Amino acid sequence: MSIAPLDFESIWQTADRPDAGELGLCVHCGFCLNACPTYHDLGVETDSPRGRIALMRGLDDGRLSWSPRVQQHFDQCLQCRACETACPSKVPYGRLMEATRAEAFAQDRWPRRQRIIWRVIMRGLFPYPRRMRLAGYGLKLYQMSGLQSLVRCSGLLKRLAPKLAEIDALSPNADRPFYSNAEAARVSPKQTPRANASLVTGCMMPLAYPDTHRATVNVFARNGVAVDAPSAQVCCGALHAHGGDIEAARDLARSNIDAFTPVGSELPDAILINAAGCGSHLKEYGHLLRNDAAYADRAAAFALRVRDVHEWLVEIGFEPPIGRIERRVTYQDSCHLSHAQGIRKAPRQVLTSIPGLELAEMRTPDRCCGSAGIYSVVQSEISQRVLAEKMSDVLGTGADQICTANPGCMLQLDAGIARFDDDKRMIPRSIHAIELLDESYRLGDEGQSR
Amino acid sequence: MKTPTALVLELIEAIGDDAVVWHDEDLLVYEYDGTIDRGNPDVIALPADTDDVSALIRIANKHGAPVTPRGAGTGLSGGALAARGGVIIGMNRMRQILNVDAENKTALVQPGVVNLDLGIEAERHGLAYAPDPSSQRACTIGGNIAENAGGPHTLAWGTTTNHVLAVELVTADGEVQWIGHDTRDEPGYDLVGCVVGSEGTVGIVTQALVRLVPRPTAVRTMLAVYDSVRDASNAVSAVVASGIVPAALEMIDKMTIAAVEPVLNTGFPLDAEAVLLVEVDGPESQVEAEGARVESILRRFEPREVRSATDHEKREHLWAGRKGAIGALGQIMPNYYLLDGVVPRTKLPDVLDAVYEIAERYRLPVANMFHAGDGNLHPCLLFDEREPGATARVLDAGGEIMRVCVDAGGAITGEHGVGLEKRDYLPWIFTDADMDAMKALRAAFGPTENFNPCKIFPAGHGCGEAGHQHHAQQQIAKFGPKAFV
Ligand SMILES: Cc1cc2nc3c(=O)[nH]c(=O)nc-3n(C[C@H](O)[C@H](O)[C@H](O)COP(=O)(O)OP(=O)(O)OC[C@H]3O[C@@H](n4cnc5c(N)ncnc54)[C@H](O)[C@@H]3O)c2cc1C
Ligand code: SF4
Ligand code: SF4
Repeated sequence: MSIAPLDFESIWQTADRPDAGELGLCVHCGFCLNACPTYHDLGVETDSPRGRIALMRGLDDGRLSWSPRVQQHFDQCLQCRACETACPSKVPYGRLMEATRAEAFAQDRWPRRQRIIWRVIMRGLFPYPRRMRLAGYGLKLYQMSGLQSLVRCSGLLKRLAPKLAEIDALSPNADRPFYSNAEAARVSPKQTPRANASLVTGCMMPLAYPDTHRATVNVFARNGVAVDAPSAQVCCGALHAHGGDIEAARDLARSNIDAFTPVGSELPDAILINAAGCGSHLKEYGHLLRNDAAYADRAAAFALRVRDVHEWLVEIGFEPPIGRIERRVTYQDSCHLSHAQGIRKAPRQVLTSIPGLELAEMRTPDRCCGSAGIYSVVQSEISQRVLAEKMSDVLGTGADQICTANPGCMLQLDAGIARFDDDKRMIPRSIHAIELLDESYRLGDEGQSR
Repeated sequence: MKTPTALVLELIEAIGDDAVVWHDEDLLVYEYDGTIDRGNPDVIALPADTDDVSALIRIANKHGAPVTPRGAGTGLSGGALAARGGVIIGMNRMRQILNVDAENKTALVQPGVVNLDLGIEAERHGLAYAPDPSSQRACTIGGNIAENAGGPHTLAWGTTTNHVLAVELVTADGEVQWIGHDTRDEPGYDLVGCVVGSEGTVGIVTQALVRLVPRPTAVRTMLAVYDSVRDASNAVSAVVASGIVPAALEMIDKMTIAAVEPVLNTGFPLDAEAVLLVEVDGPESQVEAEGARVESILRRFEPREVRSATDHEKREHLWAGRKGAIGALGQIMPNYYLLDGVVPRTKLPDVLDAVYEIAERYRLPVANMFHAGDGNLHPCLLFDEREPGATARVLDAGGEIMRVCVDAGGAITGEHGVGLEKRDYLPWIFTDADMDAMKALRAAFGPTENFNPCKIFPAGHGCGEAGHQHHAQQQIAKFGPKAFV
């Protein structure tokens, strides 16, 4: 798609602006309304997909000025992309919203405080694995010293700094040893590998969900795939792109392209990812760097190799597990797996392959849980209401555990269990399907069942 | 900074400020529905219950502001547009299913309930809500009642009017009334029948008691590919003549096939002229017998092939080309104009020829999909609104196509309503006396001046120049304004 020449009077100021042709695809049929969690919650069309597109068009054709009110409607979007699944006209909503946010970011349309926090955390912390790890150790200390329980019990934080209390409720349990990229190479397939893959370990997963990575490497090794985790990799930049910090996202993308596909080397058969939000963004690297002469082709080639773990496991075929796990599990479709990548069946195939495991479906398993990256922190009120609705659906299934495919969703749902599972019936931590599969393999080997 | 008007302040006082939308930038998103037309409301009010609705209407009346009800705004005739400004009453927050009575097979719902959500709830009781417009994922029961919505399964089960037993209505003067009864045949006039299909011009439906039907235990879907529309149409007539009432009988034409095939991999031959979809449902034994008979009828008209499926997934695959048609057309041109005419079934092939001729004359690609069993056709004109003059061509072509339907002994709407969009064409099917009688009926429900003004009847005073009107005038000048009966 060609980029319109920068128009002097246009409200847009960068080449990342929403594409007018893509905006024009919306025929305002309204099919997306009922799929949208914020329309459901707020009950106004300004906070619906069709409404937000109309606002973008209003800006685009100069009928609207970019008021804080307009910005608020954009900010309240979860970017869950349920509207894309519902849209018969295939409007690329996610892309349009990212473009709009990129403009908002470039044009300084955020409150000052929000900008400062963003710069400190998203630019100063997330891109640097070592700083992330340090922060992780800080969290570990806070949790292991008993300080966290003290703070939570006393309710002090809630009174002094409610926002911090919300963040605290969402903080991961850092009780497991952090994942180190060097671990991957220590597990190898028994026979000559039938394929090789590079694992994207990400910024938060090694700290919050290290066992998901361990399970991923185990499962693929068992199925004949040699997995490595390039040590020079960095955060994928999904959160940056979703927030509109597109330049930071591009920097991170270039670093990862260099780390995974150094010039002159052969591409791995798959660039594997077990976090849905990262996966959908990695698949967009081609689009992100389309105007970068040095990286455009490499980015496109990179994007073509990206595979979600469920997707690839089903694609290459996997050994049926035999260890029994007697458990009722409900599967939450992570938005960026189902709506953004169209992957719905594969995770269920993995789950139902496990003997003893019963899959108990929710009424709307593909409705957002309200996590949405940093949304749960910046738009906590809406996020909490969306979560409340999700949890009532979850509890209605009578499941023992929630399985999902993205770290943000796991944190949010764990907070949901803590808040809503009054009878303390559920396993308090949600789990990734790949971990259940790994466990079933292990139990099978040990001749046990659970 | 805009200051709220006295009207806005009073509305806010009545229902709270998070239920009233009045800032300019926010009003912009309530300008449209699923059509091309636009209307500019002054304020949107979002009631939570019947009392709110009544209060809102009274406040609007006090200020002399027009009132327009709105559901999900998926309508295709501009019914939910604020043609003369004023207050839009958005019913979307009243979305509770109040009760499902499985024994008596009824459900009591608020009007903002989405059609599919009712269907899913009914399914939990082994029942179904029969009217299934293609927009069912989003459109509301209130909007369905107003437009007397239909869908593929209308052939066997009838349109919305056959499924509404009673409604709670707030009339144009703010009075609340229950109309109808939970028994199926009430003595006296069928007033519910007047409300259903009244396009939101006689009051606001605030509750509805609807009929549910048993879920079929078995379903069989058949798909037949034909080399000519005439063969396909003859097959349709033969199926209907056989006495079997299929649950659905749908047709798509060549252009639609060409659009869906590359996107959805339906496996349709690109040079086929028509694809028929027939569904039979009911108890297992009946489905088996009727399915076999339908299949043999379909085969009599020399199809290229007939496919058949009974399990859910395979049936969905057969339906994919029909259900995904609109979206696939978007790959050819960004905008579509979906027409809605009905003609006697036997006239389908001739009418279709005329539709192709008109579309070609206006240089517009056209794809056709129809509820063939009902003779309800939906020509879909494709265009790009950014191309200067394209919208005008579409509206002109649309007018001519409607005329063709009328000339064939049909009508200008099958299920989308007259609304704002087709009101000027009404004299093509009704005499002045007919229209006066309808206006008198409408007036019997309450004052009409400010309640959903400018809809159904040809433009009155103060309705302004809606986008399409100029084109309608041209067509009327060409074909004459009078009833063709
Ligand atoms: C792609 C597409 C496909 C469609 N397919 C079909 C189809 O197969 N069959 C079909 O019949 N229609 C179809 N439609 C048209 C539309 O979906 C229906 O007319 C639907 O019934 C409108 O419901 P809504 O809630 O969107 O109402 P709206 O569009 O909001 O309003 C429609 C009318 O209802 C009135 N209204 C709304 N709520 C109330 C209430 N509570 N009380 C009184 N009046 C009220 C409004 O004033 C307006 O006149 C389609 C539309 C689209 C965009
Ligand atoms: S991305 Fe999600 S929250 Fe945003 S408009 Fe689409 S459905 Fe609504
Ligand atoms: S479903 Fe798609 S085309 Fe329809 S209103 Fe929503 S975004 Fe626009």
